[in-house]
This record gives sequence, structure tokens and C-alpha cells, in this order.
Amino acid sequence: MIARTITVARKELLHIVRDRRTMAVMFLIPIVQLFLLGYAATTDIEHLRTTVLDGDRTPQSRELIEAYRASNYFDIVAYVADEDELARMMDRGTVWAGLIIPAGYGADVVSGQTASVAFVIDGSDPNVANAVFAASQQVGQAQSMRIIERRLGISPDEMTALEVRSRVWYNPEMKSVNFMIPGLIAMILFTITIMLTSLAIVREREQGTIEQLMVTPIRPIELVVGKVTPYIAVAFFNVLEVLAIGVYWFGVPIHGSLGLLMALAAVFLMTSLGIGIFISSVTNTQQEAMLTVWMMLLPSIFLAGFFFPLEAMPKFLQAISYFIPLRYMLVIIRGIILKGVGIGPLADQVVPLLLFGVSILIFAATRFRKRLE
Amino acid sequence: MNEYVIETDNLTKRFKQVTAVDGLDLRIRRGEIFGLLGPDGAGKTTTIRVLCAIMEPTEGSVRVAGFDTVRESEEIKKRIGYMPQQFSLYGDLTVLENLIFFADIFGVERGEREKRIARLLEFARMTKFKKRRAAHLSGGMQKKLALACTLIHQPQILFLDEPTTGVDPVSRREFWDILTELHLQGVTLFVSTPYMDEAERCSRVGLMFEGGLIICDAPERIKSLVEGDLLELRPDRLREAARAIGGLPGVLEVQTYGDLLHVFVDDAQRRIQTIQEVLSEAGISVRGLRQTRPRMEEAFISLIRKRIEGR
Ligand SMILES: Nc1ncnc2c1ncn2[C@@H]1O[C@H](COP(=O)(O)OP(=O)(O)OP(=O)(O)O)[C@@H](O)[C@H]1O
Ligand SMILES: [Mg+2]
Repeated sequence: MIARTITVARKELLHIVRDRRTMAVMFLIPIVQLFLLGYAATTDIEHLRTTVLDGDRTPQSRELIEAYRASNYFDIVAYVADEDELARMMDRGTVWAGLIIPAGYGADVVSGQTASVAFVIDGSDPNVANAVFAASQQVGQAQSMRIIERRLGISPDEMTALEVRSRVWYNPEMKSVNFMIPGLIAMILFTITIMLTSLAIVREREQGTIEQLMVTPIRPIELVVGKVTPYIAVAFFNVLEVLAIGVYWFGVPIHGSLGLLMALAAVFLMTSLGIGIFISSVTNTQQEAMLTVWMMLLPSIFLAGFFFPLEAMPKFLQAISYFIPLRYMLVIIRGIILKGVGIGPLADQVVPLLLFGVSILIFAATRFRKRLE
Repeated sequence: MNEYVIETDNLTKRFKQVTAVDGLDLRIRRGEIFGLLGPDGAGKTTTIRVLCAIMEPTEGSVRVAGFDTVRESEEIKKRIGYMPQQFSLYGDLTVLENLIFFADIFGVERGEREKRIARLLEFARMTKFKKRRAAHLSGGMQKKLALACTLIHQPQILFLDEPTTGVDPVSRREFWDILTELHLQGVTLFVSTPYMDEAERCSRVGLMFEGGLIICDAPERIKSLVEGDLLELRPDRLREAARAIGGLPGVLEVQTYGDLLHVFVDDAQRRIQTIQEVLSEAGISVRGLRQTRPRMEEAFISLIRKRIEGR
């Protein structure tokens, strides 16, 4: 039993080593994905391209512009003369935001009246727009305080009756990369293993080698376990690879136990291996398998709460998400890396994941028959 | 002890649209070389897959080496070797790695494994190529490697599905020499082929057509079944000649072979004269008109034609 499994695993390893393209895909894709998503999938705003329409041209208006520039959120890339020009720049997407200071702003500030300015935001991407909106308000408030301070000659502390001191736990700098990286690790583990296992088994069918295997005494379980074993090793290597880049390049701190993370990753692996084996047992060609993988991959990534919080989804989608193993793993891995929690608080996630893994794996392995249709 | 190593009763296999094998009854004794002949799509591959216990028959029962193919498939697999029609080994593995893989899957022990592999490489005349990747071998060598892999566990019965298709004539001959050697060692061979001449090397031959057996007998007996005498001639205008001869009295059947015509007649001596006359009247010149012995090929074509016309 063990001997034959090892024989199959050794053969599979030879296939991997001989196929340079697959090798490259296996080891590079996770890195590429990590860099792409690590940088791209962020809603932190910095140096946003901004234009200014200064209809006032007073020291006061210049001070306000400087306040926006100094915040680091906004880069003033152009000054325009009228609103039409501003609109054109927004249309073309050369700028994301525009600050409009009307004539008389400086006079209002000096005379103690409520001065007002307009801040235009490109709302095409609501996530970015929200962040820009908040940043524009924040800079404006601060400038407003400064004006009042000067007018009344008192410090802001003396004017405050209630202060809410927010403290951010787990990810105090609120860097979205800290949130993305753990999720990415789970996602990469999920995609790579499903893809590789489903392809590896369906390849034997496509090339007809399965027919030769069927007339040997090999048991389906020996074949399946032997074939996926090398990919389990690859998957763990990928986890370490991505973790290392996350920690050393993106500076994501790991608060919890690495051992626990690996152990639960193994549980999670069972589910994606099971899905991969299942896909390969219902498809006939590598192309079919690949299509099936993609068809289930995209919805699961969205429904598992990778990009958007589950709580924001409609109820029936939330219900579906309970059947997506990635959902549990996302909570687990974010918990361990960001919050440093142990197994206790994660029990609610680990138990369904384990049940899932064992049942999918058994189901998939028994579907594998030594018969041709 | 049952004298038959392969026994089928009413073996039938239906796919969604086609009936690939239709009520096949086969009895094959230990030590035979059985040839399953038939044109493309006759159902040869399907039959062999069912016999190898990797496909379940829709109807009928099949016993191989004394075991039922549906209920005792794993017992059968220990005793048989199967070489599929398509190359089914690992192209990215070397000759040696392929052999080692199948030896280990069959649980051949270490010391024994090396001995057997060395012997098989020698037997297939492939020792020189053992380090070469299987995908880089010629068609004929791939077939020999496939054969070597199916022999690694020393099966009693060997199933070969079109082992010589796509192989050059020299390699074909060499392959059959190897098969004959195996036959002498006592292995029962079940070989399918579309090549009629290969049937001559079998102890018994079954002609398969549209899922059924048209005939199943020793090659000599099948050839003797052909009615009449066979004349062979090489006319310069083949099609016209065939048409001219076709309707003559005493002519049973006309077959074309490249630039040759094969004419079955009731009595060669009586008809040869008429044929010559008719052809010269039509202005067709003829070289080498002579009487020959019917080969397997003529016999089969004749039998299949009768089957089609009989409907
Ligand atoms: N898996 C399958 N599903 C559906 N139809 C099939 C299947 N396998 C074979 N057939 C059909 O059954 C018939 C017999 O096919 P089979 O492959 O047994 O013939 P064959 O004698 O081996 O022909 P060839 O010389 O082409 O190998 C054909 O019509 C074929 O299309
Ligand atoms: Mg065939």
C-alpha cells in the first residue's frame, strides 16, 4: 500500500522536475500574485493626483492649498483657471480630485465669517472615493481649527468638551496590506492546490496513461494519494514563500504561532485537494478541468469575503458562503497573523473546515474508479 | 480445471448511440495466439477493454483466467498484461524509469526487478536506449517498450490492441518474432489487428465486423472456405477491366489491389480464356494473368462482402 503510493509520488515528482513550465508556474505565480495584489488591492490613499482652481489668490487660499499638499494624501499636479478645465481633467482621468476655492474666501476667513470651498471627487471607484472624501474632510477640519485658534487666541484643547479617543487594534496603522497578505496566503494555497491536483490527475486521462494504470493492481486511493503528495509539498513551500515576502518585504507582522498556522493550513489543504480531485474525476481534458477550476474559483473568492466583508452581502449569499472552505480559512489566517489568537477562538472555523476536508476528500477519492466509461 | 482461459457468453457493449460489441461468444484455450481482425470501428478495442476488466459489459458474462471480469477484476489484473492501442506510457520518463515504475506498481522485488528489466530490455533489443525519454523513441520502439512494460509481472495472458499499427514493415516483422517467442514460452496471446497478413501468424483468427464475429477459425480453414479459384491479373486500365469482367458468366467476385485485379471464378481453366478475349476486345492490355492461392485478405474481403450483400 505505502510502497505503491511512494512509487506514484516519485513518478509525479519526475513529471514536475522535467516540466520546466509547470515548475515556473508553481513557484513564480504565488510571488507574482502577491506583489500584484499586495500593491494593487489597497484602498490606502496616498499622493492622489489633484487639481486646484484658486479663484481667490490670497495668502489664506494659499495656506489652505498648502495644508492639502502637506497632508501627503494629495499631490497638487495642476492649477486650472475655470471649472470647465477642471471638468475636462476629471473626465480624462488625469486627476482624481479637484479643490475649488471661490473668490472672497480669504476675505471671509479674515472677517470671521464661515468660509466655504468645494472639493470634487471622482466617485467611479466607491472605495477610493470614500477614502478621498474622508481625507478631504480631515484636512479641512484641521485647517478650520487652525483658523479658529488664531481668531480666538486659544489652543484647541481648551475648546474641546468631549474627545473620543479611538484606538485601533490588530492593525494599528490600518495598512490594507496587513489585511490583504494573510488573505492572499489562503487564496494562493486554495488556487494552486486545486489547479495542480485537478490537472495532474486529468492529465493521465487525457494522455491515455490511465488505461495502462487501470490494468495494474493499484488501488484508486494509492493513485490519488501518491499523485497529490508532491503538490502538498509544493503548497507548503508556497505558504512559506508568500509568508516570507509578506514579512520581509511588506513588513506584515505575524502575531500568532507559525506552527498553528501550518497545522490549520494542512486542514485547509484537505478541502482544496478534495475539490481538485473531484474536478479531475468529472472532467476529461486538462482544458475542461482548467475551465471548471476558474468557474468555481472566482465566486468562491468573492463569496468567502476575500475582497468585501461578508456582513455587507445579502443574506442568501452569506448562506452560500458557509459552503466555501476558503471562508473559514480567511478568518483563521487573519486571526493568527493579525490578532495572534490561538486555537480556542478559532474552533468555530476549524471544526467545519475539518468536517469539510475529510468528507470532500473521502467523497472525491471514492468517486475515482478503475473503469473506463 | 477449465481448459478455456478466455470465455465470453453473449458479450454485448452498448454506448449511448452505438452497439460496439454485439453478442460475442469467444472460447480461447491456454497457449493460443488468437488474432482479432476487423476494420476500423469493428469493436476490437471495446472487446479487449472488457476482457481486461477495465470496462463493464452491458450484457453477457466474461471470464478471463477463470475469474469473472466484473466481480473479480483485480484477480484478473494480476494475471494479464494489456497493451492499449495508443501509446500509454510516460513520454517524459526514460525507458528505464517507465519499466521501474510498472515493476514497482506490480510489486516486483528489488533484486528480481533489475534482473527482469535487464532481460526484457535484451528481449526487446532496447538495452542501448534505456536512458532515452520514451517520447523520443520511434513508433516501433515505443510499441516494444509498451510490450516490455506489460511483461514486467510475467502475465499468463497478454492482450495487445493493434500492436503494429503505425509501425514500419521491418519493425512489424521483428515485433511478431517477439510475439512468437512469447507464444513458445507458453503465454496466451490475444492480438487485434487491421492487417490481414498478420492473421497468418495466429493459431486461430476471429473476424469482427460491426460488433459481431463473422467467422472464427484457424487461418487455413478460413482460406479454404473461399469459393472458387482465384485469378490475378494486371490490366492497364483497372476500372474498365473490372467492369468488363464483373458481369461475365462464372465470375463470382472481383477485388482490386493497387494495380492488380483479383477475380474469383467457379473454374479457372474454363474461364481464363473468356476473360482474355473480353479484355482484348475492349482494347485493354493485360500482363501476368495467372491463378494463385487465395490469401487471408481475399478470404476476409469476400466474407465481409457476402455479409453486407446478404442483408
Ligand atoms: N467510449 C466510447 N463512447 C462511445 N462510443 C464508443 C466508445 N468507444 C468506442 N465507441 C464506438 O464503438 C464502436 C467500436 O469502437 P472500437 O474502438 O471498439 O473499434 P475498433 O475496432 O477498436 O476500431 P479502431 O480500428 O478504430 O481502433 C465505434 O463506433 C466507436 O465509435
Ligand atoms: Mg481500436
